Amino acid sequence: MSYTEKELKKELEGKSYEFGFVTDIEAEKAPVGLNEEIIRLISSKKNEPDWLLEYRLNAFRIWNEMSSPDWAHVKYQEPDFQNICYYSAPKQKKQLESLDQVDPELLRTMEKLGISMEEQKRLTGVAVDFVMDSVSVATSFKDKLADLGIIFCSFSEAVQNHPELVKKYMGSVIPASDNYYAALNSAVFTDGSFCYIPKGVRCPMELSTYFRINEAGTGQFERTLVIADESSYVSYLEGCTAPQRDENQLHAAVVELIALDQAEIKYSTVQNWYPGDENGKGGVFNFVTKRGLCGYRSKISWTQVETGSAVTWKYPSCILKGDYAVGEFYSVALTNNYQQADTGTKMIHVGRNTKSTIISKGISAGFSQNSYRGLVKIGKGAKNARNFSQCDSLLMTDQCGAHTFPYIECENPSAMVEHEATTSKIGEDQLFYCMQRGIPEEKAISLIVNGYAKEVLNKLPMEFAVEAQKLLEISLEGSVG
Amino acid sequence: MDTVLKIENLHCQVQGQQILKGLNLEIKRGEVHAIMGPNGSGKSTLSSVLAGKEDYEITAGQILYQNEDIGELSPEERSWKGMFLAFQYPVEIPGVSNINFLRTALNERNKALGRDQISAKDFLRLVSEKSSLVGLDNKLKNRSVNEGFSGGEKKRNEIFQMAMLEPTLSILDETDSGLDIDALKIVSNGVNTLKSEDNATIVITHYQRLLDYIVPDFVHVLYDGKIVKSGDKSLALDLEERGYDWLKLEKAL
Repeated sequence: MSYTEKELKKELEGKSYEFGFVTDIEAEKAPVGLNEEIIRLISSKKNEPDWLLEYRLNAFRIWNEMSSPDWAHVKYQEPDFQNICYYSAPKQKKQLESLDQVDPELLRTMEKLGISMEEQKRLTGVAVDFVMDSVSVATSFKDKLADLGIIFCSFSEAVQNHPELVKKYMGSVIPASDNYYAALNSAVFTDGSFCYIPKGVRCPMELSTYFRINEAGTGQFERTLVIADESSYVSYLEGCTAPQRDENQLHAAVVELIALDQAEIKYSTVQNWYPGDENGKGGVFNFVTKRGLCGYRSKISWTQVETGSAVTWKYPSCILKGDYAVGEFYSVALTNNYQQADTGTKMIHVGRNTKSTIISKGISAGFSQNSYRGLVKIGKGAKNARNFSQCDSLLMTDQCGAHTFPYIECENPSAMVEHEATTSKIGEDQLFYCMQRGIPEEKAISLIVNGYAKEVLNKLPMEFAVEAQKLLEISLEGSVG
Repeated sequence: MDTVLKIENLHCQVQGQQILKGLNLEIKRGEVHAIMGPNGSGKSTLSSVLAGKEDYEITAGQILYQNEDIGELSPEERSWKGMFLAFQYPVEIPGVSNINFLRTALNERNKALGRDQISAKDFLRLVSEKSSLVGLDNKLKNRSVNEGFSGGEKKRNEIFQMAMLEPTLSILDETDSGLDIDALKIVSNGVNTLKSEDNATIVITHYQRLLDYIVPDFVHVLYDGKIVKSGDKSLALDLEERGYDWLKLEKAL
């Protein structure tokens, strides 16, 4: 029949997680626990140079001195770091050279995720790097990109084949000492993606990475490093899923973007880690540090659609160092059941005439808590800096919460900072209006929510906008049947 | 002539309060019925209960639409069967274009009725045909549903949607409220154009003014949850002249 709050609540509880399958692949795992020995083991497994081992050990020492951050508007049981496996690699007999050699189980996993590589190759022209648990499994399109001098590979490969680039840029935007989880990642990261776009090159296709946690009791600590050399352009997408498990899994990634003079990086994320069940049991802790450094007249755009994770703690940021640099942050964060999200951005204006835009759209359903936390900082030298922030919250039920924590620090009087915020509740009148026109309530909810998030969804590359739209629909859908 | 709508002894309550108290009404194809009445007489309740709005509970009597009791049907099911309500206060849906909204509505109906989805070409042809019929400004079609529309534009958009959905029974709930005389003419003109021998219209209004433009076959006066008087269009003129108070007196007698 017609729509009631209670019915909506019931439906939202019934939401099922589509990607909750476990892939049965033999994995090589390190012993559980965290100490210098484990770090040495990871480093030697990956055949790393000494400087990288030193980097890890130093990060570990820093991490040992730190305590976990408690300022976010989230509540959770801190993970037991001694009870996590820090290295889990799908077991393979030999180095992979083509897709034919990939474990068929793994290929099936990718198909379930909707990223059949063969299909990708044929249809879309998207290059995909696939990271399962800790190790990067396959990167398609490498040759085609190599012709342009673009390097797109797993982080481990980059360490082996391009150590000078890794050494120069790794930790240059997010030092190991940046925060608790960045330090942990710097100590124990196992793989991730690496991308370098040479001077003046416009990357002709979307580069894409899929992350998946598969093994029970493992953490995923990947690093992504994207370097856009002068006057280059790249659009990069990451997608995330994990199987359904009772215990909480930890995901603590570090993503560093470097846009050199007049370069542009567009970084889009569709995050759908397992959010836990309708009682808030299980789910991924997503504690991620993402930051980009902008040179003269360069631009970094973060676009994120966040529907997953039990707890999200994530602030993709831009340091606008060069004059005329532009930073953008577009975000849709949807929380349901007992999910908690504390997410937003930091725009650090250092250079003159720098400009930033923040559009954040929170959607809270069930008993979830959804917070926007953002910092706009205008440094002394940031003459004529401009910022525009808009933070909207949409409430689906009476039990959920939406919070906005905007921080503004301005040290230059010529700067202009604008902040707008709205909170609205999905209206029964809106739903009735749609239904009167023949649109059933579920479709109506998805129509209204997608309309609300449109400004952000429009920023995603075409094919991923469709995917994100579907994801929002699934995340709000009841188990009709 | 066959009956489109037959309301029998309808009692309806909203949040425990009895609003309709035994309403009877029969509407045949090709007819226009005006329902008038003072504030609080139950006019808007009638439109809401006909459209199936939540919280409008039928406590006695029934609504027969094309000989089917629709009391248990959801709003969208009623819509699929050809019922349309032009809202007194059309809501805004930010970020959803009028065009997308209507295509979704048409396709949801097609899906429900087991018909094919409308092709983009046919849809656009229909849009241009119907929008010129009701004089809808081109730019409004691509704007978000009712967002930032003036009062007149909103009402015109309602009539445009009505034209697109080609209902068998249209209920216009105080469509004249908030309209200046020019907008009123345009909206009325749209309604008159859409009128045919096959469909029927209920015009709910507080004032006689609208009925100069949409001429009713019957006028009913709703008072305290019942129809207390029915007549032809001259009844509307009587009401305009004498107000509603004489009805109260008549009823008291």
